[in-house]
Amino acid sequence: MSAAPPAVPTRFVRTAHVARKERAEGVARFLFFLMAAAMVVPLCAILGYLLWKAAPALHLGFLLDVPKKGMTEGGIWPAFVGTLYLVGMSLAVSAPVGVLAAVYLNEYSRDNAFTRAINLAVINLAGVPSIVHALFGLGAFVYAAKFGYSILSASLTLAIMTLPVIIASTREALASVPHSFREACWNVGASRWQTIQAVVLPNSISGILTGLILQVSRAAGETAPIMFTGAVFYKAVQRGDLFPYRLDEQCMALSMHLYTVATQVPNVQEAIPYATAVVLLGSVLLVNATAVTLRVWLRGRKRW
Amino acid sequence: MTDAAPLAIETRGLDLWYGDFQALYGVDVRVRAGIITSLIGPSGCGKTTLLRCFNRINERYPNVRTGGVIRVLGEDIYDPSVSLIELRKAVGMVFQRPNPLPISVYENVVFGLRVHTPRGELKRAALDEAVEKALTEVGLWKDLKDRLHDRATTLQLEQQQKLCIARLLPLKPDIILMDEPCSALDVEGTRAIEELMFELRGRYTIVIVTHNMAQARRASDECVFLLLGKLIEHSRTADLFLSPKEARTAEYIEGRYG
Repeated sequence: MSAAPPAVPTRFVRTAHVARKERAEGVARFLFFLMAAAMVVPLCAILGYLLWKAAPALHLGFLLDVPKKGMTEGGIWPAFVGTLYLVGMSLAVSAPVGVLAAVYLNEYSRDNAFTRAINLAVINLAGVPSIVHALFGLGAFVYAAKFGYSILSASLTLAIMTLPVIIASTREALASVPHSFREACWNVGASRWQTIQAVVLPNSISGILTGLILQVSRAAGETAPIMFTGAVFYKAVQRGDLFPYRLDEQCMALSMHLYTVATQVPNVQEAIPYATAVVLLGSVLLVNATAVTLRVWLRGRKRW
Repeated sequence: MTDAAPLAIETRGLDLWYGDFQALYGVDVRVRAGIITSLIGPSGCGKTTLLRCFNRINERYPNVRTGGVIRVLGEDIYDPSVSLIELRKAVGMVFQRPNPLPISVYENVVFGLRVHTPRGELKRAALDEAVEKALTEVGLWKDLKDRLHDRATTLQLEQQQKLCIARLLPLKPDIILMDEPCSALDVEGTRAIEELMFELRGRYTIVIVTHNMAQARRASDECVFLLLGKLIEHSRTADLFLSPKEARTAEYIEGRYG
């Protein structure tokens, strides 16, 4: 049997050097925590400031009403619906194309010159500034394809802009499905397409959807691409009308409207630009929150 | 165990939970100093978990709770005055897959010294000497003395594993824990590591987890048999394999289950 342990430990005691290391550890941990916590400050500051400034204009009527008196009063309904149109249309194009392209790249393609060229294109497209996309949209959709300045042109431009990021995020989601799942499937004689349907997509859907939804909020916030291709300062619309636009017409949009009322129109009620920003930011945060909730819910259902 | 030999590790009523799952049930084990003790048992019996208790490396995982007493070199390692840093210096660990850091062979060996010595107190000559001594001790010096500044990850697996052992030695550890150190190695590599263990025996206390019963039989002095988180039998290796006291031990070493 061992001897009774001494009351005061004699091994593993803190030397001066160890104590110093532990102090440095404490400082480092606190510093890192501080930086992480600092992330919250700008968000709260922006939200607080906007809400405070926007308070007088914030009521349901502001959302549903149309701009009045040369946009110095009234609401933002046409711009709000316009943004819904643009984002919805662009997603209708970019989501299927992006997801299917990512499935091909991740599940079918081999590592050859062609795949590498596609990868390079995707990475570089993701880095193109939005104003350049805007110019491309203007040339390609407005003039060359003769869609004119329209919702269609603007949505397609937004779609081109979000596509590379959708492809990248979808590929990441697909790659996170363990390879062993695919092997299990192939080993009972499933084809690749069957494997994708049965195993790969169901297990990566949460990641795919999160990527898509985050691009929704990005598309909603962009101004440059739609300014060049289909957004206008003002368009007469009925209060609360859900289908005010045709696809070959121009439309108003929140981001553009914010720019307009903040800088282009004189004598706007002070709260209106702030309230517009609150609606834009609120929509984006709502969409992001949906993405997070969806992901948590889908994660909870898959177990591995 | 009535031997008077000093104990390197002693646990009393050691319980361990991963969340709600209890992985160890009241383990009382006494590991004698200076010999090789192997932990054997079927997968999931808690061998690795037990091993990882001895230098408190389990704590880095979330949801791990430990109960009972663990004494290393006579010291309760959960005593608040115990420095984790000093404990890990004295109780080194070798993992299943060799994990040399992606830096030179030389820097791998002196890594621990650099971590444990204030900057400026390390002299080049002392480091050189430590490297030669550690690499000689694990039998790598002859092969690597001209490749000290090669990246450690370019070595063969067997050399990498030896390097991982050499990395512990400059800190003068008392105990070396090995978690299936040969499972990634081929026959030659396994033989080399086992021979190295015999070389190190006496100067260090070695605890090795293995699911290879033949290896436990070849390479250890004492054997601890665990089953479903409980310690079933602990005796000299020869005794455990020739005349096990417990029926469950006998059935396991005969290969009836596992």
